[in-house]
Amino acid sequence: MAASASNIQPDDGVLIEMYRRMLLIRKSEEQLFRDVKLGRTPGQVHLSDGQEAVAIGICSLLEDRDQITSTHRGHGHYLAKGCDVNAMFAEIYGKAEGICRGMGGSMHVADYSKGIVGANGIVGAGLGIATGAGLANQLEGEGRVAACFFGDGAANQGSLMECLNISSLWRLPVLFVCENNGYSEFSPSGTVTSGVISDRAKPFGIPVWNIDGNDVVDVWRTALEAVDHCRSGAGPAFVEARTYRYSGHFSAEAMVLSTPYRSDEEIEAWRARDPVARTRALIIGREAANDAECERMELEADAHVEGAVAFGEAGTAPCPGTANRLMRAGS
Amino acid sequence: MPRMRFIQAINQALAEEMERDPRTILIGEDVEASIFGDTRGLLDRFGADRVRNTPISEQALTGISAGAAACGCRVIPHMMFSNFIYTGFDAIANQMAKLRLMSGGQITLPITVIANYGGGRSTAAQHSDTPFSLLTNLAGVEVVVPSTPDNAKGLMKAAIRSDNPTFFLEPGGRGGDAGDVPIGDCVTPLGEARVMREGSDLSLITMGSMTRMTLLAAKRLETELGVSAEVLDLQSLVPLDTTAILASVGRTGRAIVVDESRDACSVASHVAAILADKGFDHLKAPVQRITVPDTAMPYAPSAELPLLPSAERIVSAAKALFPVTAK
Ligand SMILES: Cc1ncc(C[n+]2csc(CCOP(=O)(O)OP(=O)(O)O)c2C)c(N)n1
Ligand SMILES: [Mg+2]
Repeated sequence: MAASASNIQPDDGVLIEMYRRMLLIRKSEEQLFRDVKLGRTPGQVHLSDGQEAVAIGICSLLEDRDQITSTHRGHGHYLAKGCDVNAMFAEIYGKAEGICRGMGGSMHVADYSKGIVGANGIVGAGLGIATGAGLANQLEGEGRVAACFFGDGAANQGSLMECLNISSLWRLPVLFVCENNGYSEFSPSGTVTSGVISDRAKPFGIPVWNIDGNDVVDVWRTALEAVDHCRSGAGPAFVEARTYRYSGHFSAEAMVLSTPYRSDEEIEAWRARDPVARTRALIIGREAANDAECERMELEADAHVEGAVAFGEAGTAPCPGTANRLMRAGS
Repeated sequence: MPRMRFIQAINQALAEEMERDPRTILIGEDVEASIFGDTRGLLDRFGADRVRNTPISEQALTGISAGAAACGCRVIPHMMFSNFIYTGFDAIANQMAKLRLMSGGQITLPITVIANYGGGRSTAAQHSDTPFSLLTNLAGVEVVVPSTPDNAKGLMKAAIRSDNPTFFLEPGGRGGDAGDVPIGDCVTPLGEARVMREGSDLSLITMGSMTRMTLLAAKRLETELGVSAEVLDLQSLVPLDTTAILASVGRTGRAIVVDESRDACSVASHVAAILADKGFDHLKAPVQRITVPDTAMPYAPSAELPLLPSAERIVSAAKALFPVTAK
């Protein structure tokens, strides 16, 4: 399937809700980039600006009880799954009020109560974890789905083959979502990845969608079918979404690299296909909302982010014994 | 002697050794862009045949290294952060560490595995491990830990020339440290510790990123307690310079081992065991260990930094060794 077979459209309410959430991700990450420069965060961040439509399109078809596994570039997944923005900022600021009590930081923002089975610093680790979540879901038999977000770089881990095989063999409800942003760190995909990533799922008999990850409607429509496939008990599904991260691999890259690894023209070409702007244009075009209303949604997102910054800043530093206490259950 | 940064010294050693033996190849994720800077420029100099960016495939990276080494290459796989050693651990533990023995000595495995280790920079638990224990316990691999630019260059050269798999563990965040480095062929022999500071009352035994802080602690002990502390930099963890350890404690009678490993089965506990076995007659007090408690590294600095060995912790451990008025 080149794209979703159907031409079904989200209704206005769904579209606007997706736009709102994309705005929250975009504004949050713009703020986090400033925060890193200001020294407000003890660690660095990997931003997903430009990739929002993938997280939002997929997660808007997931229920609260469904799981996802996230990556080192996971702020968007976290917010798309409906987790608390305040607790995310507090986490990234290294505060005890953070979603992981300041123990994980940017690469690990995850609210397990909302179905995020970890945001991982080990590239590719989510593949096995999501497959395990799929197994738990199958045993439970209530139709829960586990979606695994992973990058084009992660697709080169051998565990992808193992997990495709097992999930297909056991018909596990796992939705593999490859966020293909064209880079593994500083290596362009073409220099480290052969063939078409989604083709890797085909020999296992897994249905595959290859889509424009900067078109939230395309992602949503695909998710509608792919999630349904998983939920129905038919086994795993595989979506490869082509997208781009504007800010690069991580927030300190300009400092550590001696030469640029991508061109300004490339970045500009992708900005011209910006998923947030395209969604807004669609909303206006459909008259689902007017300019003033869209403006108001932006201000709302700004206010949420401002509140999150204040919440994070007001947080307290975790006390030194926290790690010792949390390491093992029962201590 | 020219002054250079830690990372430049490593880079120079790599370049010189690749020049020296054309069968030497370097492979790893983004070794061209090189986020740590240690492999920068090598692709331009030696070409894409000998310097290869790999996909994110650590299992393949370590497996390929074992295979290419068994077939005549001298291989330098770069694992980036030490935690990714775990991702590629099967070929390390089951192949690199065992093939020579299992082949009845038919092959050598000249492999130098580079990885950047250690915490203290809010990289959280999956980018901050110090994997000394795990690697030293394999027996089939050598492990070196440089502490200054000069031994970074010398140990890298020794590692590459070794016919055994050797881990070269770079202290994280220390790439910018500057120091004097001898020109040309300065090889630091594997298995030799070095005395960085002489002293008569106490041996501070340490390695890698801990040495700078331990030297500061030794100065404080001098001024605050009047204790003369010797600082012994192990340099190699495998092979371990047991002779130098025993000689130092023979001179001082007391030892504190400073190690960024988690405490259980750490280098520190191994050194303490050696001292209990073979240095018992020298010891005037129990051996102290300054290590990381048995937890993973938290992200928030307020929780992470107190877990790391510090001059403060060394000084208070020393106070316990020299009750009331020191000496
Ligand atoms: C096992 C492992 N190997 C290497 C890394 C270092 N690393 C972090 S992100 C990254 C690139 C990931 O690329 P991709 O999966 O495409 O995700 P993207 O960063 O593009 O979102 C690498 C190599 C890691 N974190 N974990
Ligand atoms: Mg990528």
